[in-house]
Amino acid sequence: MSDASLQPDGPGRRALLWLRETPIIALIVLLVALVALLEYLSPGIVNERWIGNTVKFAIPLAMLAACQTLTMYTGGIDLSAAAVATITGFVMATLVPHFGQGWGIFIALVPAVLIGLLNGFGVAICRVHPLIMTLGSGLIGIGCLQVYQRYTIATGSEVAPVLEWLGTGRTRSVPNALFLFVPFAAFVFFVQNRTGFGRMLYAAGANERAARLSGLRPWQLYFALYVLVALIAGVTGLLYAGIIRTTSLSLADPLLLPSVAAAVIGGTSIFGGRGSYAGTIVGALILTVLGTLLTLLQMPEGARRIIFGGIILLVTAIYVRLTDNG
Amino acid sequence: MAATGDPILKAEGIAKSFGAVRALRDARLTLHRGEIVALMGANGAGKSTFVKILTGALRHDGGEITLNGRPCRFASPAAARRAGLIPVYQEPALIPDLDVAMNLRLGGTPVEAFLARVRELGVDDLRLDDMIRALPLATLRILDIARALAAEPDVLLLDEVTAALPTDLVKRVLAAVRAEADRGRAIIYISHRFSEIADICDRATVLRDGAKVGDLAVEPGIEEEVVELMLGQKLDAATQVARAPVQAGTIGPPQLELRGLSVAGRVENVSFTLRAGEVLGVVGLEGQGQDELFDAIAGFRRPDAGQVLIDGAPVRLRDPADAIAAGITLVPGNRAEALAMIRSVRDNIALPGVARARNWGAIPMRAEAARVQAAVERLQIDTRAMGEVRRLSGGNQQKVTIGRWIAHGVRTLLLFDPTRGIDVRTKRQIYQLCRDLAAQGAAILYYTSELAEVEQACDRTIVIFGGRLVDEIPAGEADEAHLLRAAYGLTARDRETAAGAPA
Repeated sequence: MSDASLQPDGPGRRALLWLRETPIIALIVLLVALVALLEYLSPGIVNERWIGNTVKFAIPLAMLAACQTLTMYTGGIDLSAAAVATITGFVMATLVPHFGQGWGIFIALVPAVLIGLLNGFGVAICRVHPLIMTLGSGLIGIGCLQVYQRYTIATGSEVAPVLEWLGTGRTRSVPNALFLFVPFAAFVFFVQNRTGFGRMLYAAGANERAARLSGLRPWQLYFALYVLVALIAGVTGLLYAGIIRTTSLSLADPLLLPSVAAAVIGGTSIFGGRGSYAGTIVGALILTVLGTLLTLLQMPEGARRIIFGGIILLVTAIYVRLTDNG
Repeated sequence: MAATGDPILKAEGIAKSFGAVRALRDARLTLHRGEIVALMGANGAGKSTFVKILTGALRHDGGEITLNGRPCRFASPAAARRAGLIPVYQEPALIPDLDVAMNLRLGGTPVEAFLARVRELGVDDLRLDDMIRALPLATLRILDIARALAAEPDVLLLDEVTAALPTDLVKRVLAAVRAEADRGRAIIYISHRFSEIADICDRATVLRDGAKVGDLAVEPGIEEEVVELMLGQKLDAATQVARAPVQAGTIGPPQLELRGLSVAGRVENVSFTLRAGEVLGVVGLEGQGQDELFDAIAGFRRPDAGQVLIDGAPVRLRDPADAIAAGITLVPGNRAEALAMIRSVRDNIALPGVARARNWGAIPMRAEAARVQAAVERLQIDTRAMGEVRRLSGGNQQKVTIGRWIAHGVRTLLLFDPTRGIDVRTKRQIYQLCRDLAAQGAAILYYTSELAEVEQACDRTIVIFGGRLVDEIPAGEADEAHLLRAAYGLTARDRETAAGAPA
């Protein structure tokens, strides 16, 4: 049996350990480096306005990535998150003309909860792998949305003004989206660090049998988790519709894979038991800045994708090395 | 039947170390054509390591093996097979999702020879397109043996192949094995059952502490001699010094009661009562049903028959959470099962406090920290590597798995071989902990594979053999020799006759 605690810790090893315990520092360094590179390539681009815009676009990504982060703690994933966001945004816009803002937004979250319940049922009760379950439920959801669209095509749609205010407005140059995001992030931190539910997410991902030996009924945890992340995805969809100011059948699609990437870059292990939402937020910022950078360099779409993919693989490889040689 | 000529297999001076642990020092075995040799040894004698070396699964550090007069050093199990040595283990090595024919093709087994062997072993209704998954365990065992025989090995190694077989099949298997030997094949036979060894073996080779300590002809009355050899002069300083008579505390009312529990053919009709304030030892050789018994009480397996009672009332344990709600907590033998290895010591110890859905809300952080700190101090857990449990030593990991329940209060504690692979000092702390918990009114069921522990930790000991409870030994009589005899099923009858005799 390897007994790491008895091995002498050299300075190099200690640095590695420190990096493993606090990947957030390395991520922030990377983020700052990317911003510096951007400023070097195009002097003057980094100003208040640019920062506001970057934050504005990083927020829905970071929120959708919360769905991935929380499910990944248990070793799962939520590929239906983008579909849920799209459905909620779309349905909201069709309901607002009839029911007003409040009810429109409220009712639009019902399909999100339904998909969350479906995911919960599949993952918790039928023990379908989350990847398959959420892939399937996302497709079903989008299919239902297409049917729904046919019946509402003539009735017109309108994004709730409150959401447009939240998505595009600024208060003293601070994007209003932060009024939603700051409490949201605080909520996620609280859940992951200070609640029994958060503890059990990590524990179930690290070793489900150990969690059961401590008294957990895993189905309850997965049910609650998938309903929670569906609600988060729904709220993300509402905000994103406010940012884009219109809706479509593929509203949040472009956010899905970056949301997975943000969580992974942020240091959350797809195998479960490890990670933090703080890393995911920085990850979302890194991806957003990277997008700007690649646009600035006038990279063709193909090259952008290659670089995106390469970065995800590289970062994952680094994390695997850091965490497995403990 | 008589051994003739030069030995077909000869192993001499075999040594093997794992890190600082010397599993084998001087293991020896000689085997002639036509001979069946029983390989025997108590837990930890090095039997498994020796078997792995003979079959090519491990490489030895020292010593020499000759097969058919040629020195050999098997690089893999496949190499050992090619050289003519084929093992058959307790768990049939067949792929469940393929049919019989496909399994045979994988190993290159000749089908005709295989079918002839299968019929000889008494299975008449086998079809080659039967899926392995659909066949009962007893049949699979037979197929596995038939497959090995069809390859015409020079040396056949049979490791606990009769475990969990019905009696009539055991007889057939034994007869077939004897017939093979009479045709000139050499067989190494490993079994916990003396009756089988007496039936078919010619000689018995006994290992203790990694060395051969005896080689004797099998004849009536050999059991006592073998047990003596397995025990040797037990003057282990560590255990001698630590030996303190168990202080019988105040034994309370019955807390956990089993009535006729049967589980999946591995546990049969087991009944006992565990009282508050008592440490009840469970002793058994490997694979006698103790795993299933503990799993069933902890809610991981559903019993086929029988009842579990808590405080006199029957409880239904459909899930570990049910057992925990009833105050029953399991510390499993494999620490990797019990710990979230990549989480912190605090997370692991605090786990039971937040596992139930009604405790999913905000954690009272200060109270939790105090609770964890108290457990860490009480168990003297090494605090240098608190960030990840996997960085702790085995002993400290085990303290975390137990400490978790100390921190949350314990009523009925099931400890499954809690001192496996940990150092002497930590072991003693665990014995003391058991005593302390019992003194505070907990009821503890303590399975151990180290018989010497029983005296130090347990008030009373039950012995399980072949899934049945065969003996119950009070504290004063639970010395190692007595327990080992009982574990091999040797004393129960004596005890009954003694009890029946007029005083």
